Amino acid sequence: MLSIAAVVAAATMTVLSMRGTYESLVIARDSYYEQSRFPDIWASLERAPESLKSGIQGLDGVSAVDTRVSFMATVRVEGLEKPATGFFSTIDREDVMLGRLHLRSGRLPGQDERDRVVISEQFAKANELVEGSTVRAVLNGQLRELEVLGIGISPEHTYPLAPGSIFPDNQTYGVFWMGRNALSELADMEGAFNQVALTMQAGAKEAHVISELDAILKPYGGLGAHGRDLQVSHQFLESELSQNRTTGTFIPAVFLAVVAFLLNMVLRRLIATQRQEIAVLKAFGYTNADVGSFYLRMALFAVFLGAAIGSVVGYWLGDMMVELYTEFFVFPDLQYRLSGWLLSFAFVISALAAGIGAMAGVRQAVSLPPAEAMRPQAPASFRPGIFERIGFARFLSSSMRMVLRNIERQPVKSIFSAIGVSFSVAILVVGMFLFDGIDYMMDLQFNRIQREDLSVSFERPVSPSVLYELQSLEGVSEAEIWRSVPARLISGHRRKEVGITGRHLDDDLRRIIKEDGLMVRLPAEGLVISRFLADALQVEAGSILDVEVLIGQRPVRQVAIQEVVDDFLGVSAFMEIDALHRLAGGIRSVNGANLKVEAGRRESVSRALADVPAVADVSSPRAMYESFRKQMDEGFAIGVFFLVLFSSIIALAVIYNGARISLSERGRELASLRVLGFSKQEVALLLFSEQGLITLIAIPIGWALGYWLAFAMVQSLITETYRIPFVVDSGTYLASAAMTVLAALLSSWVVRRRLNRYDLISVLKTRD
Amino acid sequence: MASDQLTSDSAKKGPLPIFRARGVSKIYEMGEVRVEALKDVDFDLNEGELLVLLGASGSGKSTLLNILGGLDRPTSGMVWYREHDLSQADEDELTTYRRKHVGFVFQFYNLIPSLTARENVALVTEISDDPMAPEEALDLVGLADRMDHFPAQLSGGEQQRVAIARAVAKRPNVLLCDEPTGALDLETGRIVLRALERVNNELKTAIAVITHNAAIANMGDRVVRMGSGRIASSDVNTHRLSIEEIEW
Repeated sequence: MLSIAAVVAAATMTVLSMRGTYESLVIARDSYYEQSRFPDIWASLERAPESLKSGIQGLDGVSAVDTRVSFMATVRVEGLEKPATGFFSTIDREDVMLGRLHLRSGRLPGQDERDRVVISEQFAKANELVEGSTVRAVLNGQLRELEVLGIGISPEHTYPLAPGSIFPDNQTYGVFWMGRNALSELADMEGAFNQVALTMQAGAKEAHVISELDAILKPYGGLGAHGRDLQVSHQFLESELSQNRTTGTFIPAVFLAVVAFLLNMVLRRLIATQRQEIAVLKAFGYTNADVGSFYLRMALFAVFLGAAIGSVVGYWLGDMMVELYTEFFVFPDLQYRLSGWLLSFAFVISALAAGIGAMAGVRQAVSLPPAEAMRPQAPASFRPGIFERIGFARFLSSSMRMVLRNIERQPVKSIFSAIGVSFSVAILVVGMFLFDGIDYMMDLQFNRIQREDLSVSFERPVSPSVLYELQSLEGVSEAEIWRSVPARLISGHRRKEVGITGRHLDDDLRRIIKEDGLMVRLPAEGLVISRFLADALQVEAGSILDVEVLIGQRPVRQVAIQEVVDDFLGVSAFMEIDALHRLAGGIRSVNGANLKVEAGRRESVSRALADVPAVADVSSPRAMYESFRKQMDEGFAIGVFFLVLFSSIIALAVIYNGARISLSERGRELASLRVLGFSKQEVALLLFSEQGLITLIAIPIGWALGYWLAFAMVQSLITETYRIPFVVDSGTYLASAAMTVLAALLSSWVVRRRLNRYDLISVLKTRD
Repeated sequence: MASDQLTSDSAKKGPLPIFRARGVSKIYEMGEVRVEALKDVDFDLNEGELLVLLGASGSGKSTLLNILGGLDRPTSGMVWYREHDLSQADEDELTTYRRKHVGFVFQFYNLIPSLTARENVALVTEISDDPMAPEEALDLVGLADRMDHFPAQLSGGEQQRVAIARAVAKRPNVLLCDEPTGALDLETGRIVLRALERVNNELKTAIAVITHNAAIANMGDRVVRMGSGRIASSDVNTHRLSIEEIEW
């Protein structure tokens, strides 16, 4: 009974902790979004007078409007070797602000308080900044010393991602909020704004509001409005959550299925071995219904007990998981919430499985008249196994035949055991393959695509002649410039805003690499775009797109797609730089450069560049790689830890119960073997060969299942931020098999101890 | 030393007995209750002898048989199988002893249900040094034509004969049978006993048969009666009856 309770406890625990964690995250996000009045639509523009706000307010379907001034600037933090990048944004009065700041400590600066800021919590933590700390920043060409007044979080920056980067690096990218009037003045933007966020009225159509907004902002250099689906932080959060949902649903589901099977099997067997007790009860005049309800109550009691233990442990575990997640999901009110619905769901499934198993066992036990049931059970019927029938008989020892025939005699039990174990293998494969995919992606991104040492972006477009200046910088050995032009790609009614990156044909520091690792040559004309983008626009190589340039005269031109690339990070569109200049209206300018630096000069070049006023950001792929690696490893390590834990529990439960049932069903047979002179080891080997064989059969099935599930998972995790490559290393297969074998050995060890305590004589004296 | 003394004893009386038990007691602690199953028992079983151990249930006969067979250890006293001291043997030594020297037959046949008659016998011959062929052993008990049947396809008597074949196939020096006919009717029981008799006659295997059925006593060379954990009497049977002459 205790083992049934344990299995139910494990299932309840899994459901409550994994699915419960996901639901807690969603609840915390929703309440955060609601409380902070998270906007529905955002738009960036060059500059518009504040008076336009009422015009936007008057648009059909718009509920509330919040205008801002925001820009990027280089920030120097004491003790931090390389410069950081700050996203500076204005804060308005509480009542007009959308995406309100949530202060963790300190206070908000007043509207006119110059050089006093609230900074994002992640940046503060990573750089050990507290209230009263100061940082220096180059704002609009002036070096200013900023005092930290408070530390806060914003729903628009749950994942602070620097433009163009693919993963948060909290040490080198942070958000800075200053009073509206003070920051506007510093940026020469008094009475104007360059970013607008709004919420929609209930029932308003997003696409409609976006096109209205685009139209009204067009004369002011509007860069294209977008909804939440394209808000960087939200997007990133969604992909993290969707991954969490996939694992948080899949694993508990497998668990419940395994538990249902185990409960059913264990109870059925347990009751079948008690046929004599049942016969005695019936001989005393108990009806079948009495006997049935007795066992049913016993089973339900075990389920209750298990569910109670499981809820306590599940609550504790869920609380711990959520605690670990607060590192990644920065919500003001993230805490584990025990869901009554989940608890009852786990309980009902367990109770049903136990009930069905108990009833099947009872039905089997009461089907015989009492007198017959009290006689020893006839030997079970066997027949030669399939291996023998196809002619392998002479290669099999008698003991091997026993093992094979036992497996074959109860095909349903054997198949379900194998399926149970294979799920455990599959969960491990799914848990670990993510590392393989990420390794592959990282290798591609940081060794083959981004080959530069430093990447520089300018505050505003500069002349291509900057190349010569960069090349002449001490320590720089190679420089390649690039341009990024905001544009809207239009195919029929589908449209997508994207920055088109222009490069030279012979550029080598950045390459375009396909999924298979092959390099793509930039065509002289036309676009090379990400598969994700092509799918969103439903176009293919050879299609012609309308491209609306979102700067200057905003020309709309037809451009051919030359190639579609299966890439993994972000969404890209590339073009030869001169072709891009022509597309953008002929003016030649660049937005940044990639540099190759002499050995050991990275820090000094980086510092020199940071002091150039026109430079907005200097980043190093190496630093990005390290932070990405760290975050991925930490983030996934938690997940993998739980996957390993849960799959081990499944393997243990299935194998242990299998061996236990065999032991109780065949204790007599094993005792006979001991009497015949078989040693304890030989008998144990015989008992475990059956479970061992099932485990061995289950491993390749588990691999196949894991491969398939991993593929499904990759498909479900396709987002704009990243696509995990579908790569499963042989190490993953080996490790998953090794873990499962380990669980099998552990189960055998436990059962073996029980076997050793078996009293030979008493077993043989009983009649079965 | 006791063994020296016994050796000189046996030198006087001829060949060494297969089993010698001296002063054997066995006490079971069953919860609060202490059961003294054997009280200071002295017992011999000689080479080639067919001995019937007679007694009511609870008389201690099964306990004695289990100790002789290496399934249990005495609480005090000494037990020798030939020159091996069983009372001091450890678990592994007892396993080897059972594997090589002794065959068991129980009331409830204890066959392996997943193996055919032939395979049940082969299970033992596979781990023995000088076994007979499984077919030969089954032929000895008259089951040459049922060799490929599974236990579920055999009658009780047939199953018991398979158990006997399995016990004798390794050519043990001694066969210990605990109520071999207990679950069988008269006619089937006779067939089983005939198989035992044949083993005793043809292979010269010493056999100890436990029964509470006094009629069976007449088939033995010697009848030992037990009661309340003690040997009540030990009588040599001057004319051993054939199985056909036995009635119960």
